[in-house]
Amino acid sequence: MRRIFPFVAAALFVSAPAFAQADLGGVWAPLMHEDQPERGPGPEIGDYLGLPITAAMRLRAESWDASILTVPEHQCKPHPSTYGFRGVGNLRITNQVDADTQQVTKIFTHIGWQEQEREIWMDGRPHPPEFAPHTWQGFSTGHWEGNVLVVETDHLKAGWIRRNGLALTDNAHMTERFIRHGDVLTHVYIIEDPYYLTEPLIKTNGFRLTTDLTMAPYPCASVVEVVREDGEVPHHLPGSNPYISSFATKHHVPVEAASGGAETALPEYAKKLKK
Amino acid sequence: MKSRGRLQADRGNDDVNQTHTRKTLALGIVCTVAIALFMGTAGRAQQGGAAPAQGRQGGAAPAGRQGGAQQNFDNVEVRSLHVQGQVWMINAGFVNAAVQIGDEGVLVVDTLVEPLADKFLAEIKKLAGDKQIRYIINTHVHPDHTGGNEKIARAGKSIVGGNFAGQVGQQAANQAQIFAHENVQLRMSQPGPNEPMRPFAAWPTDTYIEAQKDLYFNGEGIELLHQPNSHTDGDTVVYFRKSDVVVTGDVYVNTTLPVINMQQGGNLNGIVKALNTIIKITIPKEKQEGGTYVIPGHGRLVDEADVVEYRDMTTIIRDRFQDAVKRGQTLDQVKAARLVRDYEGRYGATQGFWTTDAFVEAAYKSLSQPQAVTRSN
Repeated sequence: MRRIFPFVAAALFVSAPAFAQADLGGVWAPLMHEDQPERGPGPEIGDYLGLPITAAMRLRAESWDASILTVPEHQCKPHPSTYGFRGVGNLRITNQVDADTQQVTKIFTHIGWQEQEREIWMDGRPHPPEFAPHTWQGFSTGHWEGNVLVVETDHLKAGWIRRNGLALTDNAHMTERFIRHGDVLTHVYIIEDPYYLTEPLIKTNGFRLTTDLTMAPYPCASVVEVVREDGEVPHHLPGSNPYISSFATKHHVPVEAASGGAETALPEYAKKLKK
Repeated sequence: MKSRGRLQADRGNDDVNQTHTRKTLALGIVCTVAIALFMGTAGRAQQGGAAPAQGRQGGAAPAGRQGGAQQNFDNVEVRSLHVQGQVWMINAGFVNAAVQIGDEGVLVVDTLVEPLADKFLAEIKKLAGDKQIRYIINTHVHPDHTGGNEKIARAGKSIVGGNFAGQVGQQAANQAQIFAHENVQLRMSQPGPNEPMRPFAAWPTDTYIEAQKDLYFNGEGIELLHQPNSHTDGDTVVYFRKSDVVVTGDVYVNTTLPVINMQQGGNLNGIVKALNTIIKITIPKEKQEGGTYVIPGHGRLVDEADVVEYRDMTTIIRDRFQDAVKRGQTLDQVKAARLVRDYEGRYGATQGFWTTDAFVEAAYKSLSQPQAVTRSN
């Protein structure tokens, strides 16, 4: 008994598995009923309704010209992790397990469009120092709260929250919760940006487990689509974007509401507009 | 597993002396004040000279600059990060340098401030062991990039022979060679008003006047590319061909709005041009990530996509200013229009060397005045 005890004790201390953690592994198909017009066809120019954006972000978005996406350096950008889960492609989640401890040390997520490959470190490692590179998917660490996977991400490249010029700085931080209910996965994400958001932006995405394991490659090579002067960057000068009020006009929304801001998300705002 | 993930993971653990961000920011603030002291008079606030964005980092009081308080670099760490190939990024919180290490010895790009020279040398020793420092390249003249020239050069050795050894003597071998654009030497040896006089031993030993100077060291080609009238008139971008790493000096920083030192020949259009040059050199891996890495004069290690983000910003701002100048707007009108307000939170500052106001003034002037000041040509 004296010999067995240390091994039992060691097993207790070393493995310490989180008993409630869920297996998120598999291929998940996005459920597009939520925010479908934005996620499928794409958002309209000038639609910032209900988003807690700063005046700085608004000016940046109003200056944005979709032609920027034809510039070769912009053509092969994947979605950053702050947006990728809104996309239409399947999501594959796989686990990396340490052979000795049988602990999940890393969780990979992969989304088809532009091959958004992401790693979520589960081994408690620290985040890199502030002068290390930022990436499209950022540096993510995860832990379990019950059977909910909680992920913290920083070291993100300057990205976006919507495909109509609503940008994020490289100081953005994202907290996510992956919640599995049988064959349904709820992904909650909370983005903070000290410069472009006045308060955390909270969104959810739904996925359903599928038996279709197809995940096509997505090669990308940039080409010159439009002949331009060297270094030309398409954009609208302040106050000159002709499309900025088209969303408000088309949907009979007051322009100031379409311009966004935290209060435009609240029911009280409609009453305020009526006054 | 994708290689970018490995890169990050490694950086999270192996290559870097881990320090908490908060601590580094605090050090950055200390250093900002210290650099302000080191770089001279209050007049420089209007002239440029890259420094951290104090307002954003917690509002370090610039009062020390006028008060003449003693600077203290005791708590500043000099850390290294292996970029790729033979190149390491050297980070002192508020400013960057680089080293290339190989069989033939050590090449240093920029030497930080003088008080950090010993720590810099200790870090080189840690990385390179007893290998000799053979070359130093200065990206530009400012003392936060050349302050350690004297000490670091003297810690190195050159290989001399032939006529040169006969004429100058073997003492010429007792220090590393310092390469820079000719205008760096002109500004060190004949400083303008408010510019510090630099000791002879800190001056470049080898200068170039052409658009590109080539070196070959440690088995790789190294391009020194002059960026005329950008941050100053003597900026060099250094490209390590085999390692695939670019060291930019202050023509690209990611801590502040572009720093235009007009009194030393800087110009906003020159910076835009330099940024486009960097983008031409860099080749990302698929999905616009990784590939060529870029070490900025100040701020974090980046790849092409980050430089593109900064180039886009700088170009958009330049176009706005150009439009205002074309429409005959005065500087006051341009200031009132707040043409950089979408970027000033991230890159601007309300105090320190390089405030948003200082940038607006320099950007306006550099687009409304026909020609920047240049020491040569």
